[in-house]
Amino acid sequence: MSELEMDTLAGTAWDGGAPPFATNTKKLGMWLFLLSDSLTFSTAILAYAYVRLSSATWPRPFEFSPAVVNATFLTFILLSSSLTMVMAVAAAHRDEIRKAVIYIILTAIGGIAFVVLHLMEWFRLFAEGVTPWSNHYVVNGQPGDPLFGGTFFGLTGLHMLHVSIGVIYLCIIAYGFGRRKFNADHVEVSGLYWHFVDLVWMFIFPMVYLMSVNLKG
Amino acid sequence: MSAHGATAEATHQPGSKKLFMWVWFWLLILTGIETFLAYLKLEPHIMLTLLIGLSLIKAALIVAYFMHLRFEKIGLFLIIVPSLVFCLTMILIFVFPDSLRIAQLSGLGH
Repeated sequence: MSELEMDTLAGTAWDGGAPPFATNTKKLGMWLFLLSDSLTFSTAILAYAYVRLSSATWPRPFEFSPAVVNATFLTFILLSSSLTMVMAVAAAHRDEIRKAVIYIILTAIGGIAFVVLHLMEWFRLFAEGVTPWSNHYVVNGQPGDPLFGGTFFGLTGLHMLHVSIGVIYLCIIAYGFGRRKFNADHVEVSGLYWHFVDLVWMFIFPMVYLMSVNLKG
Repeated sequence: MSAHGATAEATHQPGSKKLFMWVWFWLLILTGIETFLAYLKLEPHIMLTLLIGLSLIKAALIVAYFMHLRFEKIGLFLIIVPSLVFCLTMILIFVFPDSLRIAQLSGLGH
């Protein structure tokens, strides 16, 4: 390599010699994906706010116990799984492969627990007669807006899909990192995805659950 | 974040176990406050304002510390956050007046 080429490689971002964001392409790609995904969730939440604001018969059916207590517990599970994911990324960068794999598996178990508990709540609601198309609530003497179920199951379902994909993603990363096929950067990028799923729940939990607490009960 | 972003790339994996535990602890506290607000059954307007405020703080904590954005170069922050804020602002400007108009037409009177 000539001296000129060496100079270029050591140059500034504008010369094309250094990555402008001081990060690898995987990480930049994941950030850009998360940017677009956050718009998907934002528009879903805003659509929910739109139909809710313009509806006269929007039900507020959830009692503090069990619905809100249950959702708070789900939040606790997701936050704790984010903590184990941070530990996994830190261990991966210190090259402690065994420790990192254990932390990633703990994170995935948190994700599975979240999906199972959330599905149990879904089925409780189905049994009560709340579906994506209809519900049995009565608001001001009129039947509750059927869009309540549509937005509730739509938003939580989209989020649950992300958690499920995240669990599969984490299992693949744990397997690959344990067998040294992947490096610490792969673990870090999967961590970004997982924290994002956690972040989205920080908006769905208050908007869907806490804003639907029954004020009369 | 601006002062920190430029100097932090020397340490590839910043943030200690203790720091992450603290962030996790505060996220739990904020969640607890949100749940307590639901227990109090406040007026919807006050409730919504408080919840969005608390959720934005929680989101900022997750993005800054768990997702390490605070320790990345400032350029990464600048391509992600302002564009997201801009898009959301545009959606809010175009969507909510219309939603409130429908409510007014149907005599809801929000």
